[in-house]
Amino acid sequence: MQRQSDRLDISSERSSYIGQVMDVKNYRVRDWGAILALIVLMAFFTAAGSNFASLNNLQALVESSAIPVIAVIGITFVMLQGSIDLSVEGVASLACIVTSLFVANSVTSSHNLGLALVVALGSGLLLGLINGLMYSKLKIPSLIVTLGMWFVARGAATYLFPSRQPQILDPMLMSVALDKHFGLSGIVYVAIVLLIIAYFIQSKTRIGRLSYGIGGDEALCRLAGLRVDRIKIAVFVMSGFLSSLCGVLLTAQLGVGNPRGGDGLLFPSISAAVIGGTLLSGGKGGVFQSVVGVLILSVIRNGLQQIGVDPLLTQVVEGATIVVAVVAGSWHMRTKLRVAK
Amino acid sequence: MTVPVYEMKGVTKRFGSVVALDRVDLCLHPNEVVGLVGQNGSGKSSLMKTMAGVQSPDEGQMLLRGESIRLKSTVDAAKRGIGLVHQEQSLITNLTVAENIFIDKSCDFFKHGVYRWGDLLRAARKQLEKIELDIRPDLLVEKLSFAQRQMVELAKALALEEMVTEDLVILFDEPTSMLSGPEIEALFKQIRRIRDRASVVFISHRMDEVLELSDRVYVLSDGRQVAERPKNEVDADELFELMVGRQRTVAVRAPRTRASLQPVPRIELKDYRVGTIGPISVTVGAGEIVGLIGVQGSGAETLCRSLFGLEATFSGQVLFDGKPLSVNSPTQAMKMGIGYVPAERKTEGMLASMSIADNMTLSFGFDYAYAGTLANRTRERVEADLWAARLKLKAHTLDDPISRLSGGNQQKAVLGKWLMSRSLKLLILDHPTRGLDPAARADLFQSMRELAEEGLSILFVGDTLDEVILLSDKIVVMRDGQVSETYLDVARETPSEKSIVRAMV
Repeated sequence: MQRQSDRLDISSERSSYIGQVMDVKNYRVRDWGAILALIVLMAFFTAAGSNFASLNNLQALVESSAIPVIAVIGITFVMLQGSIDLSVEGVASLACIVTSLFVANSVTSSHNLGLALVVALGSGLLLGLINGLMYSKLKIPSLIVTLGMWFVARGAATYLFPSRQPQILDPMLMSVALDKHFGLSGIVYVAIVLLIIAYFIQSKTRIGRLSYGIGGDEALCRLAGLRVDRIKIAVFVMSGFLSSLCGVLLTAQLGVGNPRGGDGLLFPSISAAVIGGTLLSGGKGGVFQSVVGVLILSVIRNGLQQIGVDPLLTQVVEGATIVVAVVAGSWHMRTKLRVAK
Repeated sequence: MTVPVYEMKGVTKRFGSVVALDRVDLCLHPNEVVGLVGQNGSGKSSLMKTMAGVQSPDEGQMLLRGESIRLKSTVDAAKRGIGLVHQEQSLITNLTVAENIFIDKSCDFFKHGVYRWGDLLRAARKQLEKIELDIRPDLLVEKLSFAQRQMVELAKALALEEMVTEDLVILFDEPTSMLSGPEIEALFKQIRRIRDRASVVFISHRMDEVLELSDRVYVLSDGRQVAERPKNEVDADELFELMVGRQRTVAVRAPRTRASLQPVPRIELKDYRVGTIGPISVTVGAGEIVGLIGVQGSGAETLCRSLFGLEATFSGQVLFDGKPLSVNSPTQAMKMGIGYVPAERKTEGMLASMSIADNMTLSFGFDYAYAGTLANRTRERVEADLWAARLKLKAHTLDDPISRLSGGNQQKAVLGKWLMSRSLKLLILDHPTRGLDPAARADLFQSMRELAEEGLSILFVGDTLDEVILLSDKIVVMRDGQVSETYLDVARETPSEKSIVRAMV
């Protein structure tokens, strides 16, 4: 009898452990809202659009989501803590230029892919570290720190831009974007691998779990003797690194070094995180939810194109989407004295 | 004679000019349960926090197992086997139960920053089983009821058991205030169980609980330890008396020239309910001062806040000057002529970065505007200066930042803000004397009396017994969300402090 109950105990232990990994039990109806919205949107465009559900178009959809997914992973951890990283575009642009100058290209005599990766990704790590240090040690709002960093990196990228636009001549780098395996480029596979790693960090490491804790109640975390600053710095370093990786991959995709290469990355990543259910105040959300957010935005953009809506109007819909998502996501939190800033 | 597990000698703690703990002595023997009683603000929670390393004492000595210690933090205290079960929840609600139990402890399953969820959940389950709490360790805390959270707090403290070789010291800061009957029983069972391995200090407002559980009882009053009694040599009556305290300087009730003993009702609540509170029936007359009193969580504060439109919408019948009243927001309440001075002066009562004048004219400055639209700063200022003088607000000039004032003068400015209104009929004050020195308190009382003489109705939540007895025409005692006693004519038949305390707990 005793034995049996022991065994039962172990099995229930396992099921709850798996439950944790899937995070399913801790879901609520509103957490499913984003996935539901994605399904509805896809169904809508399939019904309305001539070409939406075609294999070609779905491949294009996934392809266009890959780089935003990488950016959103970093942003998600930052936002879980209740902070924000606005420097994504700047850091990506800088990495884009740096990469193009160090690999084989049409302007400089350098042709060293390894060095290019080290310098480009190193710049992302460094800028992320500076963001994290300024934010946590000087206790300046991350909004301001990273806003400054955005322009510092952007300025540096412009400064480094040579007189002629460097064309990428490195076949290895180009192949990441051009060679398709099972119909998808290397960038998509990079994004998938990073997503898996990010999920591991989110659910199975101290950094990930305490990012939730810090977003939930930073003061309590400090009272519990946790090294909050280290965790804050770590996620900013991670976000900087991922932003610069986006820059490298964008270089491969564009085939040129562009000092504005990262532009257009910030809006989809922050709004994707928010649409997916990550609260700006922190403590809620996760990488998978954010990926759903990226997909929603991609589907909207792609689907509207398919049914022939003016591309300029697409932005209107995207902007409205993020507002609607925030209203829906925080509806339950309205109280009389709630202050929204 | 065994060495006491934990001993406090002459521990003093000050916050600014307020003395929270005044040379307190306390001694905790092995495997003993000690009860700690006292009125609100008598220093119980402060003592607990000092003992648990949340704050360090300004003076005095703390001896743990005979050794003098200085606790750097709660983590430091935990390492030495001191655990605090908080009155306010100290759990991070968006993490799991298991994580919360072990968050402040260094454990194998967090090693190198990677979680071993299986081990963590198993360990947490073991802790939960220990206190017979049947919840899944992988649930988020936000999904638990308050009672369950309280038990998780207990599990968090008791998890020290396996980590410290010495006996534990477990401090309970009003663990029962949010719990109901069976939950309290479950908690007591745990407290009795852990006695084998721990010494316990236990705060409660309920005398029967303290007497049931404790071996000895300490009484705190005004930050001092005024009595220590073995359980079988004391009864609830004596404890009440001790809590009420030494005969303090007997302040005299100022005479009131109330027009009549049955004033015209200004606001009448009948069968009033808001949230879990009610039904309440209370009447405040024109020019009457009604004092509300109750222990924390009795509902007095909620009642005040709801009348000002800060809580969920109330139900029941509310007549204001004979007409039905509905208040959904502070704006509506202000239109009706209701004002509210909040208990949290620093966060809700004033804008700390602005000047005294700006604070005073904040709400009703436009009552003095040109054609009701263009601010008339001169007239506003004249009015503000008048009220500042009348309330004896001591400031160099009203252009000084309000943050530079003492608590008492800040409170006068907050009060002045409401008095700027020309249509104020009912003023609600939530713990108006909190953090005020005696002189400022006397000034405030005098102002409140004068205003009542002029016809303003006043409903206030008292911090202490003597303040409601000194000031009120009528006292309403609240307990567990309901009115437990009403003293209709305090001037003629002044109730004893003891009888009020009895109605409170």
